[in-house]
Amino acid sequence: MSQVDYEIGKARPDQLPPGVPVITFDPYSDEVMSNPYPYYQELREAGPIVWMQKYGTYAVGSYGSVIRVLTDHESFCSSAGVGLTNFHTETPWRKPSIILEVDPPEHSRTRKVFSRILSPRSLNKLRERFEQEAHAMVSRLVSREVCDGVRDLAEAYPLKVFADAVGLPPDGREHLLPYGDMVFNAFGPQNDRFRECLARLGPSIAWITEVCQRENLSKGSFGAELYAAADAGEITHEEAGMLVRTMLSAGLDTTIFTLGNALVCFARHPHQWAIVRDNPAIARQAIEEVLRYDSTFHSYYRTATRPVTLDGVQLDKNQKILVLIASANRDSSHWSSADTFDVRRKPAANLAFGTGIHGCAGQMIARLEAEIVLKALASQVERLEALGEPELHFNNTVRGYSSLPLRLVAKDRKGK
Amino acid sequence: MPTIVYIEPDGQRKAIQVEAGANVMRTAVGNGVDGIVAECGGAAMCATCHVYVAEEGAELLPPVGEVENEMLESAAAERRDSSRLSCQLNVTSHIETLVVRIPDRQM
Ligand code: HEM
Ligand code: FES
Repeated sequence: MSQVDYEIGKARPDQLPPGVPVITFDPYSDEVMSNPYPYYQELREAGPIVWMQKYGTYAVGSYGSVIRVLTDHESFCSSAGVGLTNFHTETPWRKPSIILEVDPPEHSRTRKVFSRILSPRSLNKLRERFEQEAHAMVSRLVSREVCDGVRDLAEAYPLKVFADAVGLPPDGREHLLPYGDMVFNAFGPQNDRFRECLARLGPSIAWITEVCQRENLSKGSFGAELYAAADAGEITHEEAGMLVRTMLSAGLDTTIFTLGNALVCFARHPHQWAIVRDNPAIARQAIEEVLRYDSTFHSYYRTATRPVTLDGVQLDKNQKILVLIASANRDSSHWSSADTFDVRRKPAANLAFGTGIHGCAGQMIARLEAEIVLKALASQVERLEALGEPELHFNNTVRGYSSLPLRLVAKDRKGK
Repeated sequence: MPTIVYIEPDGQRKAIQVEAGANVMRTAVGNGVDGIVAECGGAAMCATCHVYVAEEGAELLPPVGEVENEMLESAAAERRDSSRLSCQLNVTSHIETLVVRIPDRQM
């Protein structure tokens, strides 16, 4: 279908201010998603800000422009939704998130509670348990001839440790994945992918609503802490339940895809794996590089709160801007050899977790999980041998794999 | 143009002239100032950009924000009255010189 829907945005290409290059590719098409990076390069080369013809929005993909948008929340807000749908003019598919899709001062109220629970200090107590689980899981996989890196590790690990930390019951956790898939599809257009995903949701929403209730969350869990914050009057009890749900929608698919992307990167770049294996202290930095090189979260939107000039272009109020963080992470004006995967690279503020007041509130636990899994692999695994091509999972905003047939070749214990 | 003076953990001073509005953490990272890790890149989530603000200039900064206040509890070095997260500080045009001391550890 080549029909162009101008209703979503406001300006039309023929009415654009001078100097705005028009981009015609569809970032949500299978073709672009299969390998988006050459398209992102085209977009960055076209200009710091461009017009996405298919959806009637602006887009930024260079490092500097992305930072300018994300750090100016007064001009570029989140309360109109961080997806393509403009909540100020259209109806969202679900109630807007009370942390992701609100502006200050409301935002600080929920963010403060969320970030306290997921702060480095509170996470310290989880490290030991997370390490034990990672070692046990990796040992089991090493002893098998073949495994599926995505299902048996990238999915299994967060579904165990993260869901335990949130306080969920052990049974029924498979419902979490279709729900997360839906949430991330919904940041894009209501395309076939979105509709098929919605149709597949089935009983997942009911299950999730149930487990977010206070009585179903384990003692001492993040979920219990959210309800305690409600007892203390910082948020309401209803909001506590909504924030438990936020943890589940924002915190699983993202971490799972990141772990899967790491496995694919290291299976494809054995020399890079050797560096991590021989020097596990580098694991945390290596995860930053995985997130930079193949970012999990690709793009989301901001909306102009007033007429505003961005990189020389005058934007109208209510205009949506697509913010391509995955493109900024490959911008060669910021990164040297931007298209090279190099775990020795000094981490220099990659944008995989966004930045500014809405920068990921769960990033410290995501880093913790990924670092621990990588270290567990480094202590036991000589090489990661892919036994076939990984299968890409198509989602409108997050990028990752649904399957990776893998052999984890054990280190020779007597050898060294 | 305002100046930010960083006192690195080993006592070395680095003075950097900046445009009004410059961010104290980003300026440090961009100019190779030692001792600011800034793992979260400015999202007030990591507390590894902790600094102590010297008295002069401090009163011109906005007060510690609610989220910043939570996160300062995670700072590796001792929290003091002068503690701030440098990613939350922008140098406005009425600040001439801002002096920040960097603690000896961030993790
Ligand atoms: C590697 C894994 C992850 C990635 C790549 C990621 C990425 C992101 C990004 C890019 C944003 C910014 C959205 C925006 O500015 O509009 C964000 C926000 C957020 N993330 Fe994550 N995330 C990850 C893991 C997690 C985890 C584990 C949790 C929860 C425990 C979480 C909870 C949140 C929340 C609550 C927000 C909204 C924060 C706010 O609006 O103040 N994320 N994430
Ligand atoms: S850079 Fe992470 S808290 Fe400031």
